[in-house]
Amino acid sequence: MFELSQDHEDFRKVVRDFAEKEVAPNIAKWDADAYFPTDLVPKMGDLGLFGLVVPEEYGGSAGEGGGDFTSLCVAIEELGRVDQSIGITLSAGVGLGINPILTFGNDEQKERFLPDLVAGRALAGFGLTEPEAGSDARATRTKAVRDGDEWVISGAKAFITNSGTDITSVVTVTARTGTEDDGTAQISAILVPAGTPGFTVEPAYHKLGWHVSDTHGLTFEGCRVPAGNLLGAEGEGFKQFLKTLDDGRIAISALAVGCAQACLELATDYAKTRTAFGRPIGVNQGIAFQIADLAVMVEGARMLTYKAAWLKDELHAGRRSVKEVKHAAAIAKLYSTEAAVTATRIATQVFGGNGFMEEFPVARFYRDAKILEIGEGTSEVQRMLIARGLGLPQA
Amino acid sequence: MNIVVCVKYVPDAQAERTFNASDNTTDRENVDGLLSELDEYAVEEALKLAEAGEGEVTVLTVGPDSAADAIKKALQMGADKGVHVNDAAIHGSDAVATSLVLAEAIKKIGSVDLVITGMASTDGTMGVVPAMLAERLGLPAVTYASELTVDGGVATIRRDGDASTQTITATLPALVSVTDQINEPRYPSFKGIMAAKKKPVDTWSLADLGVDASQVGLDAAWTRVESFAARPPRSQGQIVTDEGDGGQKLAAFLSERKFV
Ligand SMILES: Cc1cc2nc3c(=O)[nH]c(=O)nc-3n(C[C@H](O)[C@H](O)[C@H](O)COP(=O)(O)OP(=O)(O)OC[C@H]3O[C@@H](n4cnc5c(N)ncnc54)[C@H](O)[C@@H]3O)c2cc1C
Repeated sequence: MFELSQDHEDFRKVVRDFAEKEVAPNIAKWDADAYFPTDLVPKMGDLGLFGLVVPEEYGGSAGEGGGDFTSLCVAIEELGRVDQSIGITLSAGVGLGINPILTFGNDEQKERFLPDLVAGRALAGFGLTEPEAGSDARATRTKAVRDGDEWVISGAKAFITNSGTDITSVVTVTARTGTEDDGTAQISAILVPAGTPGFTVEPAYHKLGWHVSDTHGLTFEGCRVPAGNLLGAEGEGFKQFLKTLDDGRIAISALAVGCAQACLELATDYAKTRTAFGRPIGVNQGIAFQIADLAVMVEGARMLTYKAAWLKDELHAGRRSVKEVKHAAAIAKLYSTEAAVTATRIATQVFGGNGFMEEFPVARFYRDAKILEIGEGTSEVQRMLIARGLGLPQA
Repeated sequence: MNIVVCVKYVPDAQAERTFNASDNTTDRENVDGLLSELDEYAVEEALKLAEAGEGEVTVLTVGPDSAADAIKKALQMGADKGVHVNDAAIHGSDAVATSLVLAEAIKKIGSVDLVITGMASTDGTMGVVPAMLAERLGLPAVTYASELTVDGGVATIRRDGDASTQTITATLPALVSVTDQINEPRYPSFKGIMAAKKKPVDTWSLADLGVDASQVGLDAAWTRVESFAARPPRSQGQIVTDEGDGGQKLAAFLSERKFV
């Protein structure tokens, strides 16, 4: 079936080393200050992290014997093992920033945006969610009206990752561009470069976790972009974002594996060294069994994640169907993210009072984990998709 | 310009390092190893020189099978080819013997313009191999470089001392050892990892170098470790309670130990 190659393992070592040297020593401060480390992004670019699924012509390494989706998941897992915010910066940077442009963009759009995004000189966002349209993304209210050679966009987006950094170059925005024959909204995706008049990035949110990740609301008031900024064909937006989210789910699953893995390592070490009643706490089955369960969860989550990633790479090579990948992605995302939340609960419990203190990374992982069950499709949405995949009757 | 970088595969300093009980040599089997971090600076400096002009970078290591990992890492960073001297007889060699093997390997590589080394290994930390190697090769040795430029067949280094900064030049061919201040070593990129798989690595034995086994190894070593003991665990610190006189107590504590 599937296994990680020696190349994937060699790459894992490098990303782990990078995360431990460049991220770990700084992360507590960055997190406390809710500081987005702009300087880290080009370093991640130098490692090739943003180009793993991008062809060479745009500076990437994808292709026969080169990068693939599985290697991207390895990188996200390893960054996520040290810090979840940095992991999501990569995951969203590629999955939501680069991916729609690469998949649906024309040559001119790709040449304009991809080289900087791949090098880590720029970041891009994907604006789908709105204050009144999240799980039900079809309810999009943001509108784009054609006026001569331009689209005029008005509306608002909520919770958009990587949309307001100093190096954000563009946000792909979904908007209603008309009405389908059946009366539902026709949705299209439009590229809105940072700094376009009428496009405002709201102040950063105060979040429970992911403090180091950049998240903003966006507003559009008579925001004009050239007609040529339409991504793909008019009315394709709905299909496009469903496809974008399938890939993103596997990436979030990899991020969850990193979180659970970190909890496993931290809890195991602590249970060996912390003593209570004159012996290491790990002697007690009450602790040891929880950590054993944690190990099982990590393994299960990792298998589901890399199976989904492998299927996605196989799909890319024309050997698997979209349906199989969708199903595997939903299963992996549901299981891994719920496992990660449980893992942080166990790890903080093992740490006792220290687990509640920000000096200990488990506290940060505890805060960071919750969003995994919400972003890129909530757990409920994953269950809906899995049920649909099983052919269960739909409401 | 042909550059040879000498690198060492060492036990990870982050791990529990220990000695073999049988012969008091460093245990290299039971601890994960890596390319000595101090040698990464040497690799980086060689790559920068090669990238700035015409040049080929060969990484050279002397060590057991596992030392191939040190070459692999340097190739992933961007070096062009590797040479691994691997021979069971080398086990237990001291700096004198190591410099002999390195020197013979460099002669066999041939037409070398510049040899770059780290300033010391992170396991032995003797820091004498660069000078010994230069002596054996008959090359000028400019050591502890915190800056290096090569121009018109002359290598110029800056050496930062406690009291002064020296600028030293040497005509090529020469040997330069570099400090951890000289640059910021790169991480291998994904493309670098892929490219490294196709790069040539030669493995040579002592016989290939014309070195007799009696010249190396534990028996030929000029020095030997007689015994070793684990460092005693750190004793409990002394807690000083501040009753308004905390400052005085602290000063007394420090002056008692001649810190102030
Ligand atoms: C930090 C952060 C970063 C984000 N980044 C991005 C981004 O970059 N781009 C982007 O477009 N979005 C982003 N999002 C938005 C995210 O994808 C949405 O928040 C998520 O999809 C849920 O939508 P919602 O918040 O509107 O919740 P709602 O859709 O209002 O859901 C509320 C609750 O109802 C449940 N629910 C809804 N419908 C059903 C149903 N039919 N059956 C059962 N239960 C249901 C949901 O599961 C949830 O529990 C981000 C969010 C956060 C918090």
